[in-house]
Amino acid sequence: MLQLVMQNLVFGILIGALYGLAAVGLSLVFGVTKFLNVSHGELIMLGGYACFWIFKLLGLDPYLSLPLTILFLSLLGLVIYKLLFVRMVKLTEEVKIKNTMLIGFGLSLLLQNLALRLWTADDRGITTDYSGMVFTVLGVRFPVIRIAGLVISLVALLALSLFLSRTYTGKAIRATVEDWESASLMGIDVQKVYLVSFVMGAALAGIAGALVSVSYSIEPSMGMGWTLKALIVMVLGGLGSFVGTFVGGIVLGVTESTATILISGTYREVIGLLLFLLVLIFRPQGLFGQKDR
Amino acid sequence: MLKLTDINAFYADLQALWGISLEVDEGELVALVGPNGAGKTTTMRVITGLLKPASGSVEFLGKTINKFPAHKIVSYGISLVPEGGRVFTKMTVQENLEIGAFIPEARKEKNKTMKFVFDIFPRLAERKDQRAGTLSGGERQMLAIGRALMSKPGLLMLDEPSFGLAPIMVQNMFDMIGEINKQGVTILLVEQNVRVALDLATKAYVIENGQIVGQGNAESLLSFESIRDAYLGC
Repeated sequence: MLQLVMQNLVFGILIGALYGLAAVGLSLVFGVTKFLNVSHGELIMLGGYACFWIFKLLGLDPYLSLPLTILFLSLLGLVIYKLLFVRMVKLTEEVKIKNTMLIGFGLSLLLQNLALRLWTADDRGITTDYSGMVFTVLGVRFPVIRIAGLVISLVALLALSLFLSRTYTGKAIRATVEDWESASLMGIDVQKVYLVSFVMGAALAGIAGALVSVSYSIEPSMGMGWTLKALIVMVLGGLGSFVGTFVGGIVLGVTESTATILISGTYREVIGLLLFLLVLIFRPQGLFGQKDR
Repeated sequence: MLKLTDINAFYADLQALWGISLEVDEGELVALVGPNGAGKTTTMRVITGLLKPASGSVEFLGKTINKFPAHKIVSYGISLVPEGGRVFTKMTVQENLEIGAFIPEARKEKNKTMKFVFDIFPRLAERKDQRAGTLSGGERQMLAIGRALMSKPGLLMLDEPSFGLAPIMVQNMFDMIGEINKQGVTILLVEQNVRVALDLATKAYVIENGQIVGQGNAESLLSFESIRDAYLGC
């Protein structure tokens, strides 16, 4: 029994890291631009396919091709921003959230159906020589590729934190999050900051997608589920701290996997949503968020 | 140095400024005084490019700047300390100052300017690693001024620097502002605290209901009966 609990805990943490990574991308974009991009999950899906096709067609190892996937998703993010989201910049916050949600829904349907058309509804995944490798500690299994996913998520998070705290662009992003008007008085081009954040959000979705395609599987309609998870985690972790968001992802992963053994696997999504509601009711600023002064 | 000509500005359908004209010469310390809601802050927003005027022009060092976005205007040498300071509370004092030197011209001389700011406000040097949110009201105001100085402005504009300060701090703050002016920075000051502002200023404008209703040097304004009645209560 203990072994079963430990095993579920480990799997929960490993999937939770990906939830966290997905949510950090969504939260970065939302925090800076107040765009609620509900097609974030589709960007993850496309990141997965990018990684899959690079592997399939060029035979490139999915971890080595990560820079390519990031580049591809960044470009895609740039195009989407310039075509659709740039018009939303001048709106007031409330209208911005509503309108970007609508745009996001439309885009998500479009991308989903495009993927369906191009690549069929088949589940796909990347199988490498090392895909089946597992090491076992005290009877608890640690799949190598999922551990790699956790490590890469942590590295991405660390890189993001360093970028935000050490570089001028990073500081400009943080200043814009706090008070965009004050930031523009410092000479910061707020629209450029929006663009950079949006592209970074897409790049993070790319990393998450690649990791999903290696450790789990991808298909055209997976996006909505990931957007939902990212939204839950964003609320769970609270805005403003990416480490909090990431930990929120792990909390959701562990909760789901615990629900699977205690109740049944059928209810794992329900438990996640229940957790979401409980946090909204009792701690709306998120588990790790600070109350607005 | 700065010249506003016949500025009309609106918030949605509401006209806030009615043909405002004013001038600030190099080295001066000009005060813009008037009651709450008269249009002082709006005038500042127009100069910094945060609000586009419906008509009229803003010229700075001979260039018309009212078509430029706010982030461009900073690099021409105008810096605003907004009302209440509006420092970045989640960033450290030092980070706030670094962000103040965001424009490339200022970034190169960041360390030198920071030393200059620390000389004026030694308090900020003591707290440089503290988050700005933990500072007192007076310290925040100092940080806001320091942050604005980091862009090495030719013209520093201050919106209600006495706002929220203890009376004992107000005189102190204005002494520091006078000191900054003596160091060669031209200053445009918006204040409700008319007496202190007029004590310091070389020239002042009185604004009411979005219009300039009086101008001149401080003494001549103090002799204006309506101003004494309205603002000084004596």
